[in-house]
Amino acid sequence: MEELKIEKIKEGTVIDHIPKGNAINVIKILGICSDSSASIGINVPSSRMGSKDIIKIEGRSLSATEIAKLSMVAPKATINQIRNYKVEIKSNVDLPERVIGIVRCINTRCITRAMEPIKSEFYIVASEPMTIRCIYCEIEMNGNMIHDNII
Amino acid sequence: MTGRDIISISDLSIEEIFEIFGAAERLSKAVTGRGIDLLKGRVLASLFFEPSTRTRLSFESAMAKLGGTSISISDPASSSLSKGETLADTIKIIDSYSDVIVIRHPKDGAAKLASRFAEHPVINAGDGAGQHPTQTLLDLFTMWKEKKEISGLNVGIVGDLRYGRTVHSLAIALVRMGANLFLISPEELAMPSHLLRAISVESSPKISNSLERIIPNLDVVYATRIQKERFPDEAEYLKVADSYKINAKLLSKGKEDVIVMHPLPRVNEIDSEVDSTKYAKYFDQAKNGVPVRMAILSKILGEEY
Repeated sequence: MEELKIEKIKEGTVIDHIPKGNAINVIKILGICSDSSASIGINVPSSRMGSKDIIKIEGRSLSATEIAKLSMVAPKATINQIRNYKVEIKSNVDLPERVIGIVRCINTRCITRAMEPIKSEFYIVASEPMTIRCIYCEIEMNGNMIHDNII
Repeated sequence: MTGRDIISISDLSIEEIFEIFGAAERLSKAVTGRGIDLLKGRVLASLFFEPSTRTRLSFESAMAKLGGTSISISDPASSSLSKGETLADTIKIIDSYSDVIVIRHPKDGAAKLASRFAEHPVINAGDGAGQHPTQTLLDLFTMWKEKKEISGLNVGIVGDLRYGRTVHSLAIALVRMGANLFLISPEELAMPSHLLRAISVESSPKISNSLERIIPNLDVVYATRIQKERFPDEAEYLKVADSYKINAKLLSKGKEDVIVMHPLPRVNEIDSEVDSTKYAKYFDQAKNGVPVRMAILSKILGEEY
C-alpha cells in the first residue's frame, strides 16, 4: 500500500475510511476548525474502498454524539484512538437504529421544527446512500440534505 | 387493536384493515335509530386545529351512536395554544379528560407527537400535508362494499395527486391490497416522485394525463379537488379543471358498473348531473365515514362488536 503523505499524530483520533469527497463535511460537522489541528487526506488509495478520505485530529477524542453525527456522513468509517503514536483503540462507526437529536428535519412544516419538547428523530432507510426518514412527518432526507442539517 | 394509535395507514396490516371493514359492516346494521351502549361512559376528545366538517361530525356522530360522548375545543384560535402553550402540554391535559383523542393539526407529524404525549389512543384526522388514515379506510371500505374486493380492481385516481392529502395514503394502501393503480393528472399536479417510487415497489401504476383515454379500463374513478391556488392564473386553472371534469357523457365511455368517488367537498370536478346516476358513490362514501369510525373507535377502545 502507498505511503500516506500526511504525518502521524502523537495523541488524538484518526478517522479512516471516510467516503471520498466527504472529509470536508466531517471537519464541518465535528467543528474541528475552531478548536483542534488536523491533517486531511483526500482521495487516498484504499484496498477496501478504492479511494477514501482520512482525517487525523491532534489532541482530541470523539464523544458519542460526535460519532453519531459522523455516522450520517461516513457510516463505514473506522475510528482509531492514538496514544503515543500507536493505535490504542480501533472501532467502527455503528449506525444507530434511530437518529435522535442530531439532524434537523428539512421540512419546515414538520412538528419537530416547532417549539415543542421533542428531539428530531429519524429511521435509517438505507446506508448507501445514507437515507433517513423523519418519524414525525415521514419526509426522506439523503446526501447534502443530511449534511447541511446536522445540528 | 386495543389501545393502538392510528397515525398512518401503514400502521395497520391488511388483516386489520379487513377486520375494521367487518366491524363497520356489522355496526352499520346494528346501529340504527337510537344507537347502542358499546362505548357508554367513554369520552372522545375532538381536537380540530384546522377546519373540518365531515371528519369531525362523523367522528362525533360515531361516538354518540355507540353511547359515548365527545368534548372539543370550540375555537382553536382562542385556546391555550394561541397563548403559547405547546401542543405536547395541551395533549397531556386533554388526555387526562378523555379516553381517545382525535386530532387534526396544520403541522406535519403533529398526530405522531400527540401519540407520544398521550396515554390513551390517538387518531390522526389529518396533519398538515401528511396522512389522513381514517379517510383512507372509509375510501377503501366503500370500494370493498361496492365491488366486494379490492385486489385486482382498476382504480383511477384523478386530479391533484401532488398536494392532495388523501390520495397519497390511499395510493399506498391500494397497491398494498393488490389493486391496479392508474394515476391521472396534469403534469404540474403529478404524484411526487418519492411516493411514486414507494408505490412502484409493489406494482407499476399507469400514468396518464387523459381521463378520457383511461376511463374504459377503470372500475373506480376517484376524483379529487383541483385547487385554484395551485395555478399561476385563473385561465390556466380553468383549462385544467375543465379537462378533468367528470360528466355523464364521459362516464358512458366507461364500464357499465364503474363507480365515481370523491373525498368531498367537490367544487366542479363532478357535474351535478352525475349525482342521480348509478355511478355516483361519493355521498355513500361520506356516509360510510360513520360506520368506519365506529369500528375504529370500538376496536381501539377494546369493545369488539
